[in-house]
Amino acid sequence: MSARVVRRAALYAVAAVLVAIFMGPFLWSLGSSLKTAREMTFYPPTLLPAAPRFQNYADVFGNPKVPMALFALNSIQVALLSVVGQVLSATVVAYGFSRFRFPYRNVLFVLLLSTLVMPREVLLIPNFLLFRYLGLFNTLTPLWLPSFFGGAFNVFLLRQFLMTLPPDLDEAAKIDGANSWTILWRILVPLCQPAIATVAIFTFLNHWNEFLEPLVYLSSTDKFTLALGLRFFQTQPNDAQEPRDQLLMAASLTMTAPVLLLFFACQRYFIRGIVMSGIKG
Amino acid sequence: MGFLVFNFGPLLYSFFLSLTKYSIVREPVFQGLDNYVQIFTRDRLFWVAIEKTGYYAVVTVVVGLTCSLLLALLLDQKLLGTSLLRTFFFMPTLTPVVASVLIWGWIFQPDLGVLNFLLRSLGLPGPGWLQSVEWAMPALLVVALWGSVGGSRMVIFIAGLQGIPHELYEAAHIDGAGLWTRFRHVTIPLLTPTIFFNLVLGIIASLSVFQLAFVGTKGGPANATYFYVLHIYYRGFADSEMGYAAALAWIFFAIIMAFTGIQFWLQKRWVHYEGAPR
Repeated sequence: MSARVVRRAALYAVAAVLVAIFMGPFLWSLGSSLKTAREMTFYPPTLLPAAPRFQNYADVFGNPKVPMALFALNSIQVALLSVVGQVLSATVVAYGFSRFRFPYRNVLFVLLLSTLVMPREVLLIPNFLLFRYLGLFNTLTPLWLPSFFGGAFNVFLLRQFLMTLPPDLDEAAKIDGANSWTILWRILVPLCQPAIATVAIFTFLNHWNEFLEPLVYLSSTDKFTLALGLRFFQTQPNDAQEPRDQLLMAASLTMTAPVLLLFFACQRYFIRGIVMSGIKG
Repeated sequence: MGFLVFNFGPLLYSFFLSLTKYSIVREPVFQGLDNYVQIFTRDRLFWVAIEKTGYYAVVTVVVGLTCSLLLALLLDQKLLGTSLLRTFFFMPTLTPVVASVLIWGWIFQPDLGVLNFLLRSLGLPGPGWLQSVEWAMPALLVVALWGSVGGSRMVIFIAGLQGIPHELYEAAHIDGAGLWTRFRHVTIPLLTPTIFFNLVLGIIASLSVFQLAFVGTKGGPANATYFYVLHIYYRGFADSEMGYAAALAWIFFAIIMAFTGIQFWLQKRWVHYEGAPR
């Protein structure tokens, strides 16, 4: 019995160390983001500032050289439009794959799934040239427009979910005179809400964190998303003499905060979505 | 179905581009396999990128998968506060990579950083981390592992562990199997489909590493962290050599397809599907 107690205690000790490793950087950057410029240069470093300087967060948004608020708006715009696009298109495509018979349906579905293992880097150059040809270089459009054409993973997720809904539902509605669109939007979509929430959350997250595409498509500062704009705090201090790492920390946490809030608000959709993706159909 | 237009059309177009000399300002000029020949015979940075990316991928996949599995096993022990622990492990994986690189950059700061302070108080020398040729790669590996081991892979492992019937453990226990034997002969075999899934996606993700190095080190110092996608980016978008970059991207595509193909071929030997007719 006592061996068991020892084992449990050891597990708790391991867990405590792990928590320190995983949470440490958050605490450290949070502490640093509230320090004064002078406190940042203290050695040995202090974990917490003498008095928290919340002004740093205001400074992040108030820097005339770095339009942080604009970056945030651009990020929000791209992420929300992508969510709308993915939800609409993935729902329609998934509905098609789950409820209609058409020639080569299975071949098309396998092709769709094969794009899951296709590295995006291969498509980057041709898509870049396409959008440039369309005159959309240095606009936010290339960042969200492809979302309106469905993402393989989201289609797969929603199709799996739709397959679990009994086709009798559709039949009953059809007898009542509903057409396919009505069936989809009035009957199936409300039932799919958990899966749709998962799609929406992951799409938001991916676009919020996306870096390579904005880097390639955007050239002027006023179009930058947060992921790109954050780097300005590395290179453009308010005053060249002054250490600005406290602002860098504040800006990094500002970009992270919405994602963490989203996670805490919708934790069960996160976990469910990941688990669903892991169980291959 | 519009998604095919956005995937297979560009795929073929990029193959065509890879056979041309195309510097964006001029029309593409067809030149056969010249780009490929040049990449394999004269592009020193190509081989550097292959080496660095390979090293990064091996470490992040092997260490990363092992750590994810260990974390999942810990969370499967029904400790108090398990869901809180899971949240703690998961939070780094939600952090945007740019933000986590910047946060870690401050921790790694050679003179004032907290990590070197801790090392020095243990009497160890504090290296230059991201500024040092030897330590830049390990530093990026730390950031990558911190930001990935507690993520979706761990959650999938937990789901896999919970799918293992309890009776199997009891049966093994009655047969006198110890903790390790049970793990080795019950847990691992039944978890192989999950490991396989995580392995395929893990390899693809780690080969595509980009922003970690782009934000953290720009591929330096002295190309110590010059990853493959950085090479594509610099040649294509900094030097405007679109044809050349398309060829690089196609080689990348071929490498990933080869890895994925090999794994699907090998899985028959080691992946154990419960009750599946195979």
